[in-house]
Amino acid sequence: MTFKLKTLVAAAALAFSAAGPAQAQVSGNVVKIGVLNDQSGTYADLAGPGSTIAAKMAVEDFKAKEKGLTVEVISADHQNKADVGSQIARKWYDSDGVDVIVDVPTSSVALAVSDVTKEKGKAFLVSGAAASDLTGPKCSPNTIHWTYDTWALANGTGSAIVKTGGDTWFFITADYAFGHALERDTEAVVIKNGGKVLGKVRHPFPSTDFSSFLLQAQASKAKIIGLANAGADTTNAIKQAAEFGIVKGGQNLAGLLVFLTDVHALGLDKAQGLIFTETFYWDLNDQTRAWSKRFAAANGGKYPSMVQAGVYSAVLHYLKAVAALKSDDGTKVIAKMKEMPTDDPLFGKGSVRADGRKIHNAYLVEVKKPSESKGPYDYYKIRATIPADQAFRPMADGGCPLVK
Amino acid sequence: MDFFGKPLSYILSQLVIGLINGSFYALLSLGLAVIFGLLNIINFTHGAQYMMGAFVAYFLLNKLGLGYWWALLIAPVTVGIVGMVIERLMLSRLYKLDHLYGLLLTFGLALIIQGVFRQEFGSTGLPYNAIPESLQGAIDVGFMTLPKYRGAWVIGASLAICLGTWYVIERTKLGAYLRAATENPTLVQAFGVNVPRMITLTYGFGVGLAALAGVFAAPIYQVGPLMGADLIIVVFAVVVIGGMGSIMGSILTGFGLGVIEGLTKVYYPEASNTVIFIVMAIVLMIRPQGLFGQR
Repeated sequence: MTFKLKTLVAAAALAFSAAGPAQAQVSGNVVKIGVLNDQSGTYADLAGPGSTIAAKMAVEDFKAKEKGLTVEVISADHQNKADVGSQIARKWYDSDGVDVIVDVPTSSVALAVSDVTKEKGKAFLVSGAAASDLTGPKCSPNTIHWTYDTWALANGTGSAIVKTGGDTWFFITADYAFGHALERDTEAVVIKNGGKVLGKVRHPFPSTDFSSFLLQAQASKAKIIGLANAGADTTNAIKQAAEFGIVKGGQNLAGLLVFLTDVHALGLDKAQGLIFTETFYWDLNDQTRAWSKRFAAANGGKYPSMVQAGVYSAVLHYLKAVAALKSDDGTKVIAKMKEMPTDDPLFGKGSVRADGRKIHNAYLVEVKKPSESKGPYDYYKIRATIPADQAFRPMADGGCPLVK
Repeated sequence: MDFFGKPLSYILSQLVIGLINGSFYALLSLGLAVIFGLLNIINFTHGAQYMMGAFVAYFLLNKLGLGYWWALLIAPVTVGIVGMVIERLMLSRLYKLDHLYGLLLTFGLALIIQGVFRQEFGSTGLPYNAIPESLQGAIDVGFMTLPKYRGAWVIGASLAICLGTWYVIERTKLGAYLRAATENPTLVQAFGVNVPRMITLTYGFGVGLAALAGVFAAPIYQVGPLMGADLIIVVFAVVVIGGMGSIMGSILTGFGLGVIEGLTKVYYPEASNTVIFIVMAIVLMIRPQGLFGQR
């Protein structure tokens, strides 16, 4: 049997580069919104095509046409790779006439796109990415961090857990910008509240098998195993923890970033009792319910994550600023957005700070028991509302050069 | 007692975990080796077929109420039949061409299958919580808490299947036909063996192995459209390291690399996704035909 080794090596290389950068369309003389996120990988359900739907709903609700604005929404897949993301951003800004990029989960990609946006003087509205550095040392006059960040998650979830006795921690951390930021911010909260961090392990992103990391966490004897990761990484880790008898052995898991879509994927019997922080839940009030039902109808029955809700809210505010300014100059629009108070059906009234941080309430939620849930997506009990002025890192602590 | 700065019991438990992951690598690379051996096709749909096995298990449970044991039987057969249809309709036209054509076809098919599943079920995956009673829970084996399902069942079953397959191909008359047909199909056909049918069945068997691995994986990982895509690259590296022609090579390499990966997770976890490719690069430099391959 003859076999060409080169062919097989080429095969492996082919698989690595599974899909090339997605295409983008050509721009006319319009306000062009580019939704850039993971459309096919581990974060595709919590952001992905659903975020594009949310952006389109915002354009629709803004009634752009009646106000004499032509608005167009396009989207692309950054595959969670910073090089792919910044390449698309450059192309969008340089040749496709895109005025604003929204969403961009995966912090490493968001940080790269933020740099490109600043260089080109455009606008960047982050909903999906979490790293608090976006309004800290890496803040930019062209970027607003909309929905949530690692500090808010750490502050909400971390302090609630330490205060109820979970004072020794072991981190299982995704090995990239987001995981590092979430681990760092949570560690600070744990220590501030009198807790201790016994150890940490960093896993490649994405991973499927967490058994080795879970055993290391088990050996540490920490009371709390903090999962500083997201999406499929978190669901796999939670699922596998049950197998190794981690919760039975007296240790508890803290999912530091869990989305509605993750709970749906895990099922309530595996997810029940998890406590974490969200800034949006569809079942908060009549307005959020009405909007979410509309969204679900357009999104194949899947309810919105906070990331998708954030995209809607951010695009709506952006369009208000563009209309008020009668210009889509990125730097000016971002400045205008910071000046105007925010108000929308999903996050209520709020504001955007000088460092680019959008401020609104956060919620500490607990996942219901299967017996408490009335059906699909009836998953959370709201344990506490963290008021807007306490939910996010004080501006002075962030180290953002814009506000010094 | 310490072992390079880590307690021995701890290293032992990580070795067991490595063997468990290795058993998935072994099962999958075995199927690839069998298919390549006989069809000369680099089966890039293998990951998608593994994923389909897990999905069939999910549907059996949620639509028909059939549990894990049924899935072990039905999923490989169903996916195997789908594979045989693909072989008859498409792959059989490519045998005389360069490997690259088969690779492109199967790669394209894999993307299509994954795309359809992602469109339909989302990327986060679905829960499959159907470990049979007898395999639930964990046993304390002294140095670790070993989940029964993974520790006893998955390792044991895949080892048995791997060795069984090796035995059939290397030590029985049927295996002799298969190997002979690989060397010289025309001659074997002249002896009255229906080679095309044998090839179709072999492909179905290789695909069935992938689906079986998918059923093994369903209760531990999320049943998701991308579960195979994540794994297939590693499995291809395993096959390259082991040497493409060798059945035993792919089995041993599968388990061996699982262990190497496991140890990397202890000493330098950040590199655990890369270590297999580093090994691959080294093997290719020193022994390009693979550890067990023949020139």
